Amino acid sequence: MPLEIYLDLLSQPCRSVYIFAKKNNIPFEFKKILLFKGEQYSEEFGKVNYFRKVPAIKDGDFTLSESIAILTYLAEKYGTPDHWYPADLQTRARVHEYLSWQHSGMRGIAGKILWLRLMIPKAFEIDVPKERMDSLLVDLEGSLTAFEEKFLQDKPFIAGQKISLADLVAIVEIMQPVGAGVNVFEVRPKLSAWKDRVRAEIGSALFDEAHQMIFNTEEVAKTLDPSMKEIIKLRIKKSFL
Amino acid sequence: MAAKKALEVYLDMLSQPCRAVHIFLNHNKIPHTVKTVALRKGENRTAEFTKLNPMQKVPVMVDNGFVLTESDAILKYMATNYHVPEHWYPRQPERRAKVDEYTAWHHNYIRPHAAKVFIMEVLVPHMTRQPVEQPKLQRALEQLGDTLDKLEGMFLKRQPFLCGDDITLADLLAVCEIMQPLGGGRDILKGRPKLESWRSRVKSALRGSFDEAHQILYQLQDKSTSKL
Repeated sequence: MPLEIYLDLLSQPCRSVYIFAKKNNIPFEFKKILLFKGEQYSEEFGKVNYFRKVPAIKDGDFTLSESIAILTYLAEKYGTPDHWYPADLQTRARVHEYLSWQHSGMRGIAGKILWLRLMIPKAFEIDVPKERMDSLLVDLEGSLTAFEEKFLQDKPFIAGQKISLADLVAIVEIMQPVGAGVNVFEVRPKLSAWKDRVRAEIGSALFDEAHQMIFNTEEVAKTLDPSMKEIIKLRIKKSFL
Repeated sequence: MAAKKALEVYLDMLSQPCRAVHIFLNHNKIPHTVKTVALRKGENRTAEFTKLNPMQKVPVMVDNGFVLTESDAILKYMATNYHVPEHWYPRQPERRAKVDEYTAWHHNYIRPHAAKVFIMEVLVPHMTRQPVEQPKLQRALEQLGDTLDKLEGMFLKRQPFLCGDDITLADLLAVCEIMQPLGGGRDILKGRPKLESWRSRVKSALRGSFDEAHQILYQLQDKSTSKL
């Protein structure tokens, strides 16, 4: 049975898994799960992932969630080029260090921008207080500065000379605010140069294809199922605001 | 020829991830030196420490000049670099993936939700000299309750440990977070027999190194329960 990867490309962690699998020619069946249509609530998907979250994979009888775990699993299982997940202990530790920090340091902040700036007011018609948005943008600046000064420094990529899973996981999160018109690269030449390098390594066609959805949020918002709208509205009020 | 320096770790034993690192080192008898960094005294904000870690956080590991932050990265490095039993961080891809799945999920669930309860019940009242904000605490407790349901339903299920039959880095990270609210006199596993049994199994597996690492937390617990 082929590897099944459950994805909604609106989601950043889904993009990193998609890019990784395609770039490395890992044969897989793309199982689309449209979150806005509530497809994660199907009985079938519940058997794949208890938490009903994407990305998730099913490799024979083995199921796995969490993009970080999926990426390292695929790297090991499919023997991808060493630079993605280096065997050298200290280089690998640098990759782990970023993958760990980024949960709260990057994803937790950059991930909210598209929601608070675009999706919540437009698709869900909930007002976002200006102070909330402003404070989030300040946090984003902090994250990007920490990224440049601690993780990137003067290296071409996070782990050193070559691209790794760390850069892949970073880029999909850092691109997300761009979809909301927050051009994080405009005033940060170092970050912008890194982005160009990452995009070149991945391949511009694959990179752009994977990121299409974030530039088409209006179209995506139209796919919103009315019942899902109410469910998500409740969650927004609980966790975002 | 310069002798290889022993491993150095910078820790504050009130910090959950620091305790996980401390327990791992002692349990596995890995030679190391502990440098204490008291967060409550601002020792993480000195020029010297900031030079070591600009993020001003603990734990930090230094292995002959190689500086590493983030407890998951540190534990995974140590599990691979030293000859520890394989069950801590299995080599087989599917088993390893289960540990990685937990350590990822941990960041967004157990760690923030358990820490929040401790922060609200102990740290904030201590710093502000104001009483605990009850409605906020109630919401935090509800959120933690949901997370503990998930921990039991998704990870533990009917297994002895979170990722299978043996203790792994996942159990170590989880248990240290779960212990934290005890500093405010609160046992968050009360009324959850399956998770209580799991915690006992983890404590047994870790023997002396568990209690040794939690000394400062137990002292805090005694202080808070004696106030009641």
